[in-house]
Amino acid sequence: MSLPVNLQISRTHLLSRKKQTLVAMLGVTFGIAMFILMISFMKGVNKFLEDTMLQATPDIHIYNDVKTDYTRTVAGDYYKSGELIMIHHPKPKHVNLNIRNAELIINDLMQNPDVAAVSPHLSTQVFYNYGPVQINGLIDGVDIMQEAQLYGLKEKMITGRVENLLTSNNGILMGQGLTDKLNVRVGDMVNLATPTGTFMRFRIEGTFQIGIGTIDNIKSYVNTASVQQLLGKDRSYITDINVKLKDIHLASAYAKSFQTKYAYKADDWETSNASIMASFLIRDVLTYVVSITLLIVAGFGIYNIMTMTINSKMKDIAILKAQCFARKDIIQIFLSQSLVIGVLGALTGIILGFTLSYLLSQVPFPKNENISLKFFPVIFEPKHYIFAMMFGIVTTFIAGFMPSVKASKIDPVAILRG
Amino acid sequence: MSIILKAEKLNKFFHEPDKFQVLNNISIDIIKSEFVTINGKSGCGKSTLLYLLSTLDTDYKGTITINDTVVTGLSQNQLARFRNKNIGFVFQFHFLLPEFTVLQNVMIPAQRLGIHSEKEIRELANEKLKLVGMDTFGHKVSSKLSGGQQQRVAIARALINEPTIIMADEPTGNLDSANAQTIFNIFKELSTAKGHTIIAVTHDQDFAKNSDRTIHMMDGQIVDN
Ligand SMILES: Nc1ncnc2c1ncn2[C@@H]1O[C@H](COP(=O)(O)OP(=O)(O)O)[C@@H](O)[C@H]1O
Ligand SMILES: [Mg+2]
Repeated sequence: MSLPVNLQISRTHLLSRKKQTLVAMLGVTFGIAMFILMISFMKGVNKFLEDTMLQATPDIHIYNDVKTDYTRTVAGDYYKSGELIMIHHPKPKHVNLNIRNAELIINDLMQNPDVAAVSPHLSTQVFYNYGPVQINGLIDGVDIMQEAQLYGLKEKMITGRVENLLTSNNGILMGQGLTDKLNVRVGDMVNLATPTGTFMRFRIEGTFQIGIGTIDNIKSYVNTASVQQLLGKDRSYITDINVKLKDIHLASAYAKSFQTKYAYKADDWETSNASIMASFLIRDVLTYVVSITLLIVAGFGIYNIMTMTINSKMKDIAILKAQCFARKDIIQIFLSQSLVIGVLGALTGIILGFTLSYLLSQVPFPKNENISLKFFPVIFEPKHYIFAMMFGIVTTFIAGFMPSVKASKIDPVAILRG
Repeated sequence: MSIILKAEKLNKFFHEPDKFQVLNNISIDIIKSEFVTINGKSGCGKSTLLYLLSTLDTDYKGTITINDTVVTGLSQNQLARFRNKNIGFVFQFHFLLPEFTVLQNVMIPAQRLGIHSEKEIRELANEKLKLVGMDTFGHKVSSKLSGGQQQRVAIARALINEPTIIMADEPTGNLDSANAQTIFNIFKELSTAKGHTIIAVTHDQDFAKNSDRTIHMMDGQIVDN
């Protein structure tokens, strides 16, 4: 078994300057390893944030937006003569923020095969009173079983059970942070006051921790009826409908169709979290810019070493060309050298990158009660490794191609004449 | 007696740094199996002429016919192939590939030509190395050899594809007289016993005198032969 002669020459060249070959290879190795480490970590952070975000944001949120369109006003009814009527700064008239045909919409959503869960909401600001302690917060009146499906609430319970809310009359599930502040536990009673001045007593049936401080410290769940009672509304009064889809990527398409179908505002999770989505983009761009810079630097390393090799091998190239080695043979000889460096560098880079990513994923994250992270978030995606491999090879191909073409253009006569 | 190489009215100019005629109306006939030397002062154009005859340099006026093939005007690829089959080179500074073994150096042109199998090429290479008395050095790295030894390997390499013509540019130029004599004997043997045609540029008078014929050059012209 023997290599074609061009590759034999290429191999001998590589082996006769092992140190240079190794240095060039390590350049690629580090470039690729850093790329993999960075992208695995950044994507891990993105995924963590996305998961956290989705714990607090429904896939689709349907609600009654305050209308700011006053083109049709009552004024027109009084001045029918067709004169131009100017109205400055109209005040919003008294509006009900509820969704009128909520029952119908919910039933219709349940019929949709892509919908996993539908949770009607009625929220209000409240003051939590326990003895002299008074804390500003929020209660969500929900169908707790649907809500539990939306956010995986069952796994987030610290004490008590989600189902307890169903059987108890004035039950409440409280955020863990909130109970800590109020110094209460399951079985205790708390007083809630609304901004409009109504009061109600609730019995704590359980505590949950979502892992987001701003939720765990202010939010509680109660049955929808309790909030309707607090607000003095009837039993059909619902302000929001949250929808969970079987496939989260369908959200933006469905949000649009729901909005036109039900004539209420429908936001998908990406729209609701536009700033977080922007931060994803920024991290992605950062990762790619830094890693591609590293790889290009590695490419320059290869370019330098190939140029040096070729300059020191002018005579050899001349002799080869004088002996029937065509230009394409010369290109093959030198290009294959840089490709070997590239492929070996990329392979070792992938191994190193994986090792570093793995080690990082084992480093404990500094303890913080507001963030539910035990270790640094790192993800392992084959497509990143494939991309790194391809990019490494393409970079070394380009870095090796230019000097190889230069080598192939050497005029043997100019070098060989005595 | 058949003519193996015919050069007619060769003219060559260099344009850098000034326009300057290196070769002036040179015509030569070389007969098969002849051992010809080209002799003349340094700078008179000997090497330039040899590179024209070897088809490596194609920038000239006139016509060159080798083995009944008009090589003037052929493409680079055609020439590369033609050269590899018909012409073997020996350069003044031996020019072996330094990282390769003696055997590899000799084998490479045949491997590139790709007519014979690896095994045949190895046998052929050993045979050629034996001819120049270097067969025991086959596995030595070529950069470890002395100048005279390298030149002998270079001759073996020139022979590997069994070319009809061997061209050598001052093959003994930087060798001592003992080594020069060895090289001369090898060339002589090749032309008389093996029937190779040899064209060697030299300014070594002894070397020239003992060849079949010497072409004298002066200022880009042939003076007498
Ligand atoms: N590439 C070149 N450009 C310009 N002049 C050259 C070049 N190569 C050789 N010459 C000139 O051409 C002349 C002949 O050179 P050469 O054939 O090498 O002579 P020789 O081999 O007989 O010593 C010399 O005067 C040399 O300076
Ligand atoms: Mg010369």
